[in-house]
Amino acid sequence: MFELLGIPPQALFGQLLLGLINGSFYAILSLGLAVIFGLLNIINFTHGAQYMMGAFISWMLLNWLGIGYWPSLLLAPVVAGVSGVIIERLLLQRLYHLDHLYGLLLTFGLALIIQGLFRNYFGSSGLPYQIPAELRGGQNLGFMFLPNYRAWVVVASLVVCLATWFVIEKTRLGAYLRAATENPTLTQAFGINVPLLITLTYGFGVGLAAFAGVLAAPIYSVNPNMGADLIIVVFAVVVIGGMGSILGAIVTGFGLGIIEGLTKVFYPEASATVIFIIMAIVLLVKPAGLFGRTA
Amino acid sequence: MTTFRMNRRSVLAGAAATAFSARSMAQAQQPITIRIGVLNDRSGLYADLTGEGSAIAARMAVEDFGAAAKGLNVQIVSADHQNKPDIGANIARQWYDNDAVDVIADVPTSSVALAVNQITREKNKIFLNSGAATSDLTGSQCSPNTVHWTYDTYMLSQGTGGAMVKAGGDTWFFLTADYAFGHALERDTSAVVQRQGGRVIGSVRTPFPGTDFSSFLLQAQASRAKVIGLANAGGDTVNSIKQAAEFGITAGGQKLAGLLVFVNDVHALGLQTAQGLVLTETFYWDLNDSTRAWSRRFAPQRAGNMPSMVQAGVYGSVLHYLKAVAATKSKDAAQAMAWMKANQTDDPLFGKGTIRADGRKMHPAYLFEVKKPSESKGPWDYYKLLATLPAEEAFRPLSANACPLVRA
Repeated sequence: MFELLGIPPQALFGQLLLGLINGSFYAILSLGLAVIFGLLNIINFTHGAQYMMGAFISWMLLNWLGIGYWPSLLLAPVVAGVSGVIIERLLLQRLYHLDHLYGLLLTFGLALIIQGLFRNYFGSSGLPYQIPAELRGGQNLGFMFLPNYRAWVVVASLVVCLATWFVIEKTRLGAYLRAATENPTLTQAFGINVPLLITLTYGFGVGLAAFAGVLAAPIYSVNPNMGADLIIVVFAVVVIGGMGSILGAIVTGFGLGIIEGLTKVFYPEASATVIFIIMAIVLLVKPAGLFGRTA
Repeated sequence: MTTFRMNRRSVLAGAAATAFSARSMAQAQQPITIRIGVLNDRSGLYADLTGEGSAIAARMAVEDFGAAAKGLNVQIVSADHQNKPDIGANIARQWYDNDAVDVIADVPTSSVALAVNQITREKNKIFLNSGAATSDLTGSQCSPNTVHWTYDTYMLSQGTGGAMVKAGGDTWFFLTADYAFGHALERDTSAVVQRQGGRVIGSVRTPFPGTDFSSFLLQAQASRAKVIGLANAGGDTVNSIKQAAEFGITAGGQKLAGLLVFVNDVHALGLQTAQGLVLTETFYWDLNDSTRAWSRRFAPQRAGNMPSMVQAGVYGSVLHYLKAVAATKSKDAAQAMAWMKANQTDDPLFGKGTIRADGRKMHPAYLFEVKKPSESKGPWDYYKLLATLPAEEAFRPLSANACPLVRA
């Protein structure tokens, strides 16, 4: 049996698969960021807090209203999305004519406020959320034990990512959206309600973050800081993929998940930094990101 | 506009009053003003088990001691060190140099605690540590100005590690949080395992704080060690236990040793996931009548959350310090430390105990097992007691201590 750098192939396959699973979270989150940046030109630093909200909303639905995992997979993103629509209408809309930096600061402040509110109410150590009964247990793949829930995470995120890409790149609605980004005045002249499109896009991006949050609730600790820990990595993913590139966000999300997974085997201490090292290299070689267009 | 008219009588009355009050001030005790700084994590992963709860515990100690009636004017201030040594060190300096703080209490996160330990010694103040784990605070880096109250890595490894080896878990693989605390816990537990004839067959250093531990858990699984030692804390521990259950590691026969699990972590995991976990603490709210009575006063101030052992330790250490100041009638650090070490400690949470020359507070440790959901009578009813370790067994003996204060 061959060994690669002292790691038996079984272990390697296992780690590749795990990397893919973590990559699914990066992909959905960075996709939401890319959609929002692409169409609103807002660097949405509230994204991590909105991911956390998704997990907490599904906890609240279960414990306060008795609504289980499957309905909350749809409901939590809708609730979070509505909160996003309110934020966009009340606050973000006033910043479109200003520099990126203002949007970044506003959303960063909002993230701190939301996290603070949740911490104040729920504490910082987290809340329990069980894996739904249908997805407990797992498959023995020979080289590793794959929990059913993780397989579901990969499938669900792939479907959501591809559907989003399809809607934006291949449908009439997506064409309107892209037109609105390209030239809002002209698009509006054709009778398309551009402000509404933008509001709904932000709501959708927030919904994506919350969807990732619901997926994460049964396997990660549901606590107010869960998004803050992840969001910095996700921003690095977006920068590597190219700000605003839909396909770039998806491909880099999965790809970096795998690279990070491999680092956890070969040099675990560096696994928290490897993505930033790659980011630095990419920024040096291709400042617009791997899939980005230079303006 | 008001005018102030002065006549001879009012001048005389004023003079008499001044003379009288000056005399009575000299006769009664000049109140001693003490400022205690509770420095801990108020926003991050340790905020629930330290945080505002520790400040509440300190205030309860002031109240229960009846400080005002004994001529002490005690003020409690608090700050967030965000688990970062540089921030913690800055606050400590600011407090000692500009804000007249006499004592710093709590300080979870070993790397921050070691920094504050050093600064307190330089400034000749007092450090009552409850939240940090590293046994270096009373070992190689021990200080005449520090008391380490609640627990340490030696005791955790002795309790949980010792119990696991005795139960047949003689091969170990560690998941170690990559900072001072994790390293100390791994080192101390490895020593216990090896002393009892077990073997450590591997370890992996995980970035702190982490979210996904599945990759490290699979490495632990592949090692075929009988016990996977979790040398981490807080959210890291919660995530690793959750994911170990998910990946069928515990079902596959390998045992998890949660080397530092707090009652708040069990609350976060839920009994369904945490059941059967063996852990060591020095305080549990439901231990006896006096811990229950105290905890029932504490919980309403923390939205119904029961106190952690760290918060209990803040109460105990502040209470003992106040006794020292009241007895010596001085807040001189050396005098207070000498009194605290010379006199037995006595509080409703840890019972009677002592403070050793190296600064180690001595009290029993308890080996608990997390209840099954069916055994629990309600919220926060989580532990059953497996064994009580006497203080001399739980904590590092002075003879094996690298502390220069002991050898001198």
